[in-house]
Order: sequence, then C-alpha cells, then structure tokens
Amino acid sequence: MKVREIAHVLSAQVQCGENQLDIVEVRSACGADLMSDVMAFVKESVVLLTGLVNPQVLRTADLMDIKTIVFVRGKVPTIEMIQMAESLGMVLLTTKLSMFVACGKLYEAGLHGSGTREIA
Amino acid sequence: MKLSYPIPWMDFAAAGKASAEVKKLLARLGIEQGTVKRIVIAMYEGEMNIAIHGGGGTADIELTPCLADIYLRDHGPGIPDIDLAMTEGYSTASEEIRNMGFGAGMGLPNMKRNADELSIESVVGQGTTVHLIFHLNNTKQG
Repeated sequence: MKVREIAHVLSAQVQCGENQLDIVEVRSACGADLMSDVMAFVKESVVLLTGLVNPQVLRTADLMDIKTIVFVRGKVPTIEMIQMAESLGMVLLTTKLSMFVACGKLYEAGLHGSGTREIA
Repeated sequence: MKLSYPIPWMDFAAAGKASAEVKKLLARLGIEQGTVKRIVIAMYEGEMNIAIHGGGGTADIELTPCLADIYLRDHGPGIPDIDLAMTEGYSTASEEIRNMGFGAGMGLPNMKRNADELSIESVVGQGTTVHLIFHLNNTKQG
C-alpha cells in the first residue's frame, strides 16, 4: 500500500515527506507506544503508528528502517522532529483517530501483514 | 577500527546518536543489512539503558574484518539480579521513563536476542558493563 493511500484511509495530515507519498510502499503496520517493543518485534519495513511524540520515535524508526510514522490521537510532532524527519527522508502523518480505529481502518483497507516476528 | 562515544545521563535528545552513527558507518563498510540491524538494535538498547539507568557512561566499539566487539559501560547503581533483569517485561523504569516510550522491560532481552555473544558484569553500587560480540559473517535473525 502506498503511503498516499494510508493518509487517505486515516484522513491524515501530511507533516513532511509529501514527495514520498507515491514512492514509499508498506506491506504491514505496527502500532506501539513503547519503542523497545518496536525494536523487539518489527521485522519488516512497516508503517509505525504511535501516540508517543518525542525524538526517540524517529531515532527508533531510523534504526529499524521505518520510513513512515503516523501519530494517532491528534498528537502533533514538534518543528524539531519534523526537521529531523526531513533529514532522514521520512514521511510523518498525523490523524485524530485513536490507535485502535486507525489500525482497524488500515487492516480493513487491506494492510494485513503483521511485519513482526512470531511470539514464542 | 576503534570508536568511542560518551553517553550522557538523561539526555534524551542525544541518546541514540551513537547507534545512528554506527549504523551509517557499518552500511558504508558494506556490512550485511541484517547484521547491521542486529548491531544497532542491541547498541541502541544499551545506550538507552545507560542514559536511563546507568547515570551515563560510554560505548566502545572495535571493528575487525570478522567481528564487532562492543563494550557498554556505566557507573550507575548496578543490577542486583541479572537473571531477573533478563526476563522479558521486567523493568525498574519510572513512570516518567515509560511515558517516554521506554522501560518496556525488553532492553536486555533484545540485546541478547540480537547479539551473537553477550556477557554482563555488574557490581551493585559501582556499575555495569555489557559486552556484545557480533560475527559479521553470521546471518542470524534477531
């Protein structure tokens, strides 16, 4: 799924990375507010949905090769975060939807891959 | 090649920068992508542990053609029960730290999962040293 479709499905605002919307493609998503969980479980290049707003979200995403982040529950990244994301070539989206509803809408739209390792 | 990074205590703007720099360097050296990811995940978890729990410290990395040898040292309170600290989900992080997205109790288990070899030396009241070894030709999955 292209990031433009993700933005459409979530009625999301594009905070940065407009030129990536038709380029970056994701097959799965990860919803998490704990960055250690992102590092423990994400296996593929996913779209990250989070309600956490701080630079460590971008740092974690960068290390995990995640190129698209959706901030849920109306959270908005700071100017510094947007500048950091631009320098990393990331797309930042914001939506007023809750985590649950945002994940549900993406699943309903066809984003079914878990993108995470199997839990033993 | 030897690298050394200071890791300040509670500086969340800086925490993770060393791992990000190491990631770029390893990619430039042509190290296999999966191995790079294992190294930087483990190192980033270590950095956050030092910044959150360890009162600050250092990350020392030595790269040879076959190995990445990493020492993460802090002078914090030490770990009284290392086996307990290795349990997924066990955390002593404060609510403030959890609100920042850390303290899930996955740090040391994540480091163990990703490293080829891990050893921990800790003395209560003196600090902790985590030694990580990665074989650069190993395609282990994290």
